[in-house]
Amino acid sequence: MAVERGDAAFVAFEHVQKSYDGETLVVKDLNLSIGKGEFLTMLGPSGSGKTTCLMMLAGFETATHGEIRLAGRPINNIPPHKRGIGMVFQNYALFPHMTVAENLAFPLQVRNLGKAEIEAKIKRALDMVQMGRFGGRRPAQLSGGQQQRIALARALVFEPELVLMDEPLGALDKQLREHMQFEIKHLHDALGVTVVYVTHDQSEALTMSDRVAVFNDGRIQQLAPPEELYERPANSFVAQFIGENNTLPGTVETIADGACTVRLAGGELIEAVPVNVSAAGERTTVSIRPERVEFKPERLPPGARTVEAEVLEFIYMGDTFRTRMRVAGNDNFVMKCRNSIGQRKLEPGERVAIGWVTPDARALDPH
Amino acid sequence: MKRMLFLTSTLMCVGFAAAAQGELNIVSWGGAYGASQMEAYHKPYMALTGIKINSIDADNPATPIKAQVEAGNVSIDIADVEPSDLVRLCDEGALEVLPIDELPDGADGTPAADDFIEGGLYDCGVGTIVYSTLIAYRTDTGVAPTSSADFFDLEKFPGKRGLRKGAKYSLELALMADGVPPAEVYDVLGTPEGVDRAFAKLDTIKDQVIWWEAGAQPPQLLADGEVVMTTAYNGRIFNAMMEENQPFALLWPNQIYDFNLWVIPKGAPHKDAAWEFIKWSTDTQRLADQAGFISYGPARKSSSPLVGLFKDGKTEMGPHMPTNPDYVADALTTDIEFWADHDIELNERFNAWLAAS
Amino acid sequence: MADIPADQSAGIMRAADGRPLKVALARAQTRARRRAFLLVAPLLFFVLVTFVVPIGQMLHRSVHNPTFVDNMPQVAAWFRDTPAGTEPDEAALAALIAYLAAAAEARTIGAVGTRVNYEMQGTRSLFTAAGRRAGRLEAPYREALLDIDAKWGDPALWSTMRQVSTAYTANFYLAAVDRTRDLDGSVTRVAPDRAVYLTLFQRTFLLSALITFLCLLLGFPIAHLLATLPLRYSNLLMILVLLPFWTSLLVRTTAWMVILQGQGVLNNALVSLGIIGDTGRVELMYNQAGTVIAMTHILLPFMVLPLYSVMRTINPSYVRAARSLGATSWTAFRRVYLPQTLPGIGAGSLLVFILAVGYYITPALVGGASGQLISNLIAFHMQNSLNWSLAAALAALLLAAVLALYWLYDRLVGVDNMKLG
Ligand SMILES: Nc1ncnc2c1ncn2[C@@H]1O[C@H](COP(=O)(O)OP(=O)(O)O)[C@@H](O)[C@H]1O
Ligand SMILES: [Mg+2]
Repeated sequence: MAVERGDAAFVAFEHVQKSYDGETLVVKDLNLSIGKGEFLTMLGPSGSGKTTCLMMLAGFETATHGEIRLAGRPINNIPPHKRGIGMVFQNYALFPHMTVAENLAFPLQVRNLGKAEIEAKIKRALDMVQMGRFGGRRPAQLSGGQQQRIALARALVFEPELVLMDEPLGALDKQLREHMQFEIKHLHDALGVTVVYVTHDQSEALTMSDRVAVFNDGRIQQLAPPEELYERPANSFVAQFIGENNTLPGTVETIADGACTVRLAGGELIEAVPVNVSAAGERTTVSIRPERVEFKPERLPPGARTVEAEVLEFIYMGDTFRTRMRVAGNDNFVMKCRNSIGQRKLEPGERVAIGWVTPDARALDPH
Repeated sequence: MKRMLFLTSTLMCVGFAAAAQGELNIVSWGGAYGASQMEAYHKPYMALTGIKINSIDADNPATPIKAQVEAGNVSIDIADVEPSDLVRLCDEGALEVLPIDELPDGADGTPAADDFIEGGLYDCGVGTIVYSTLIAYRTDTGVAPTSSADFFDLEKFPGKRGLRKGAKYSLELALMADGVPPAEVYDVLGTPEGVDRAFAKLDTIKDQVIWWEAGAQPPQLLADGEVVMTTAYNGRIFNAMMEENQPFALLWPNQIYDFNLWVIPKGAPHKDAAWEFIKWSTDTQRLADQAGFISYGPARKSSSPLVGLFKDGKTEMGPHMPTNPDYVADALTTDIEFWADHDIELNERFNAWLAAS
Repeated sequence: MADIPADQSAGIMRAADGRPLKVALARAQTRARRRAFLLVAPLLFFVLVTFVVPIGQMLHRSVHNPTFVDNMPQVAAWFRDTPAGTEPDEAALAALIAYLAAAAEARTIGAVGTRVNYEMQGTRSLFTAAGRRAGRLEAPYREALLDIDAKWGDPALWSTMRQVSTAYTANFYLAAVDRTRDLDGSVTRVAPDRAVYLTLFQRTFLLSALITFLCLLLGFPIAHLLATLPLRYSNLLMILVLLPFWTSLLVRTTAWMVILQGQGVLNNALVSLGIIGDTGRVELMYNQAGTVIAMTHILLPFMVLPLYSVMRTINPSYVRAARSLGATSWTAFRRVYLPQTLPGIGAGSLLVFILAVGYYITPALVGGASGQLISNLIAFHMQNSLNWSLAAALAALLLAAVLALYWLYDRLVGVDNMKLG
């Protein structure tokens, strides 16, 4: 399977819709193209339709409407076993009645490969995930992380060009999860395989992916590389969902040339980058990351507007200090400062003027 | 072993239930026959004495007696059994010996000992009816057998036959169909060759037989069209004809006579009350009464003149009685001692024959 | 730590109160164990009374029948004291006749005759007839007995009486496998026209296997549906599956008759659809077909329930994984789904088979002659012939066969792998 035209996507969803019950759409008009060799993550809260999309791609669910193409070929009517897509399940789905080696042999046997070839491939796959000694074990005799590696090896052993992973690390503890994230990413880089990865863990999505599709309510809210997603969320859902975020509701006062002023609930006027607003008088939510908030005047650009803040709580977190403060009537406004030399600890009750650079304040939709 | 558990526990339950006073547990054959006893005996007796009679149905009421006596848990007060079973059970000590000289004289003053038809009175039991087992068939299918030989003639009368599951009656019928005169049937059956001959005759229709066990089954099998002819108890067929207007007919030649008798199992919970009931229910009038509900002959000679019309008020019972002089000429009377002695042996042979395919 | 002193010198750990730790632990555990025992004691008692004792009684009865010894102790003693084949002398005959007379008086003659008759067909009447006249017999007794019936001179009769003169005997087991002892006591087959039990054992196991297979065939897809359908549909289906449990046997049997008999619903439908001619009606009742159909219906839930409980635990992602790895749906079923249902298949099949082997009411009602199973003969000997010892021997053999099967299953599949639901 190879991409015929250079610009064509390797995987393409076109106007795909899915309904299970004929009443509600679980996936609403999905358009997505994934390039060959790309690591694309579908990120979103539980129930947002990520698994459904993956299942449609794998062939276990049929799209109610629209077309899915793989390497330029529509695959709506191709049964799952002919799609040649590797898959890693959240519960690993290792066949409990087979040994590790038998699990790995399975996709090769159904492809009628020779015995010697099968053994060679199994050995290579096991070595690839550093599980060479475990071929004779049953899945139940392996730890969670080991099962995870085997599931990965099994999805890769028949050398598919596309691998789907549905929350593959969801069952692992934090440390192991971070380790496996690294290994999966490493395998992706080494094999050049296209990966569609599903998770609801934003840090996982940010660290691993080439691009992230943020899902909510059956729609892609934003499709972008991790940095852009974090730095320039396209709407307030993405801003809230990815990383920590302060919101200040208000009304657009002036708007011109990629800049606007917003009147906050407390009467303060601030400057922001208009993202989802287009006219004066519209309601908006201004979003600012906690680590981009400053209270030392010398660190703010000259002439920057400041807002009055009352310190409510100071939390010591080791490498950072978190300061919760009341800003324009919002009691949960957080400022994050690095615990650098000479960093000042604010006391509750203290009043300071805080500010930021205008590109860090993004005027988004009001929700 | 599950069976045994089941049996034991059932017997125990029945045993406890029957412990109450003022009750009688009477086991009989159910169906139209059981109903006739209910009408003629049980209901009037309950009205007369206030004793509650529990009427229990069994395919053969003799069957549970020995089991209960052996298990030491007798719940049955009275059972209605065939003479061969009576003799066998009596020989094995499973029945109470009755003071039969206490039975009332006949209405015409004849002492009871002389009033009962020969074979209707034993020291372990008192006869109530004379019935017969004979061939019954449907009249609306063009099938009209005229002899017991026709029952075995599959060419002339194709179709299924009903037979009572067991050696008794089947073997006799087979021999008579094979040409043995009724008077010689038991002599022939007493020899190994005779038994072989009877089974050989049964072999000729074996794959066409539906075996029935309860007396209520043959009329049902005939009514459903499952069999073209069947052996049956004459009263059951009569009642189906009278009450359900079934197009049935009976073949009287070679009918096989037998009695039904009341017995009291050894150790019955209400032995004395049971004996009182038996004395009352076998007097001349009561026996005649029962014939008004089913076409079975009374076991007392003195009852015959009192038998009148069927309960519908218009049917003369005479032509439907097994004791009608027209039917007795080539009838066979069951040999009680023969069956008492050979019942188990011939039934085991019968089981083996039945199981062999 | 300080309040749990370690007796270093003796190497014994001691509890806070100074008792050795082992003793303290044992005491604590004894209390827990006693409480646990008290909790299960009612069940233990129940099982003992309703299961262990009756089975023990049954096994005892299968080798123990004291009818002859109890009723004719002196005659039995004579057999015991003389070697096999001894001609009975006048004294022995006198004792025999005295007992016959007494037994006739006590009405136990039938029981004695029946006991001898179990071993030698056609001898019951010898005893009842002799009993009736025993009081009037005079010496020489040999001639007097022969006068009643020449069979009294038959060595086979005396050999049989010798056999039944001991209370303990293995003869019922011999009878249960169609064997008997001949004159010199060696074991031979019974006459072909009396052989019935081996045929029936064989038929019972074959039919039970067939019924088990049919239950599996029908139950597997049902269980699968149950396990995968949305709850509201699967509940309805479950009710349909469990329906046989909720209807009385009589209702069910009547229903089967209405449907299956020659003029029944099924045949009428087939005739009116023109699939079969009016003369070619299928015989579905009063034969093996009837037994198989009805018992499959009745036993189906016992197959479905264990299967269902296993299938419910099989995550659908296994089959999906197999499919994504390139397996066709058939291969995925055969190599991934089916092997995981094996514990359910094993449990269901074992359950259905064991139940089928012991069924007797249904075959009696719808099985006709060819659909009778060994349990029907056990019932016959329990209720009709009252040969309880033979019934017990047959039941014991059945029990042994079932235990053997269970053992085999354990060896092949492993009982731990069984899932009953
Ligand atoms: N097989 C199914 N039948 C009916 N509804 C389903 C099915 N699978 C998922 N859904 C519904 O579709 C929506 C999206 O589910 P899913 O794709 O699993 O979300 P996610 O993987 O993002 O958590 C949810 O509301 C879920 O309840
Ligand atoms: Mg999901």
